[in-house]
Amino acid sequence: MSFLNIAPNRLLSGHAAGGQEGVFVLLWIVAAVAAWWRAGALAALLLTLLLPWIAGIDATLMLHLKPPTTRIQLGAGFWVMWLAAALLLLDRLRHVSAAWRAVAWGVVVVSLIVSAWVGIFNSLALVREWRAQRGAFADALATHVTLSLVTLGIALAVGAPLGYIAWRKRRTGGALLGVLAFLQTVPSLALFALLIGPFAWLAREWPALGALGFGGTGAAPAVFALVLYALLPVVRYTAAGLDAVPGDTREAARGLGMTRGQVLLRVQLPLGWPVLLAGLRIVAVQTIGLAAVAALIGAGGLGRFVFLGIGQGATDMVLLGTLAIIALALAADLLFQGLLAMNERRA
Amino acid sequence: MIEFDHVHKAFGDHVVIEDLSLRVADGEFFVLVGPSGSGKSTLLRTVNRLTHIDRGRVLVDGKDVATQPIETLRRGIGYAIQSVGLFPHRTVAENIATVPRLLGWSKRDIDARVAELIDLLKLDEPGMAERYPDTLSGGQAQRVGVARALAARPKIVLMDEPFGALDPLTRESLQASVKAIQRDTGTAMLFVTHDMDEAFLLGDRVGLMLDGRLAQVGTPLELIRSPADDRVNEFVGGTRAYLRELAVRNVRDSVRRDEHAEGEPIPARATLQEALGAMLAQRRDRLPVEGGGAILLTDIVARPR
Repeated sequence: MSFLNIAPNRLLSGHAAGGQEGVFVLLWIVAAVAAWWRAGALAALLLTLLLPWIAGIDATLMLHLKPPTTRIQLGAGFWVMWLAAALLLLDRLRHVSAAWRAVAWGVVVVSLIVSAWVGIFNSLALVREWRAQRGAFADALATHVTLSLVTLGIALAVGAPLGYIAWRKRRTGGALLGVLAFLQTVPSLALFALLIGPFAWLAREWPALGALGFGGTGAAPAVFALVLYALLPVVRYTAAGLDAVPGDTREAARGLGMTRGQVLLRVQLPLGWPVLLAGLRIVAVQTIGLAAVAALIGAGGLGRFVFLGIGQGATDMVLLGTLAIIALALAADLLFQGLLAMNERRA
Repeated sequence: MIEFDHVHKAFGDHVVIEDLSLRVADGEFFVLVGPSGSGKSTLLRTVNRLTHIDRGRVLVDGKDVATQPIETLRRGIGYAIQSVGLFPHRTVAENIATVPRLLGWSKRDIDARVAELIDLLKLDEPGMAERYPDTLSGGQAQRVGVARALAARPKIVLMDEPFGALDPLTRESLQASVKAIQRDTGTAMLFVTHDMDEAFLLGDRVGLMLDGRLAQVGTPLELIRSPADDRVNEFVGGTRAYLRELAVRNVRDSVRRDEHAEGEPIPARATLQEALGAMLAQRRDRLPVEGGGAILLTDIVARPR
């Protein structure tokens, strides 16, 4: 496995850059020390930060006196070691308090962002790819976030009432969940393709819809499909949230003269909210991931980078899209975790 | 006033309440007692329409409950249940204030009423108002439940085995609180229990329910001394019923003013059961009564005039 690869340009595949063995030996020693040494957390933290730095600085040195099209790519060796370092850090941090854990990861994220800001990684192919496509990348990111937010909003607006019905009428709920679970088994690519026909027809029959951006391809069918996938977890977690409210509490609320709406707003919603929030966390991560596929029917988003990259054979472009999607999903996950933690502290 | 007029209720083929008529007067403490499955809880729940009846009418203050808006009806009736059902996300004060809030009382009135109830139900531990239900003991939680039921000063209060899950000491203390509050406020209380002792202790009148019918309605002493039939006699406790009778009668009514006795004096408001217990503890057949006079074993045993 090579730490860094060197390629003559962004489309040709690279070969291992020489002179990396020393780095490997050094880093494995650090890792071994971190594995059993008592201050392992600190060593793991250092390793997680050192690896990208070494890669960045090394790439700058290698690029010296090379033609400007030359690309230095991060090799499998880098990714494996970096992942191992992160896992090691995760493991070493198991026994420290949540606050320290947050601080450690905060240090990692902030240091990486600052190093990127000052240009340590500028020689890496990934960063050069991003610099070349900065505008398109920002657009794609915005589209991806918009697609996901709109999907989440619609899924909640449709799914929450359905969840309430599913909870109140068990039999209807069973059938509903069955249909939604079946939808979940349709492969995303197939669903997107299946929707092209009906949506194209809709746009033809009602030109007004077409003017609004409806069509066989584009954002409308993409959001529709993403909502279909999001409905099952939303409905299920809404029903589970309502189930989490103790029966005697509901009975007391009714007996004391609350209307159904008041029971829902003042008792069921605040008590079932954490469960629903946990569900939304799953929906958000799932939607961000699935939205990548939506690029295939012209909805845009970060998936465009992945598929364009595959088409061109530009690995760095694929990587750029993929890493951004992962980062987005992680950010959404963290956001919901934070909301959940806030909710818990208040209760 | 609560009035049941030929009320009938069945779940499928199973008749739970059979052609039942009953009237609970203003300011009366009425206890429905009976084994589980006798329909007493169902009957109670017909008053605030948590259960719908098949035939007959239930009237509150002369008005058929079926003709009133359901929320208005329920907000006018206090309601406490065995499992309490406090709102876990609301503080003690907010729980108590539930119905006044629904009724749109001013904040000042609500605060004053909550403070009053916290005092009345002996919840006056420092910081109690701001605590959450999961920090309360079972007894404290039920005190909050009772306070919540009484918060809007309802003229009618329904209690469904509210003390069934509590330990004996806590239960006695809560029974005393509820009895005192009911007497002072003059509310009509409909109280369901399966505990005969509790029924006789609390009830001005007791209705014994068996298989969806009222087997007998009367004062505790009437049920003990003249049970309507063998089943009532059996349920009231046969010869053990006379021990229960002692719990209903007071020392005050049997004291001999001109007699004197040795030993630890007993208060005049104590029950004859407590007096008998004190006699057994002190191994005496007569005891002095606080404020003068004495209580004699023969008077406890004798049939009261």
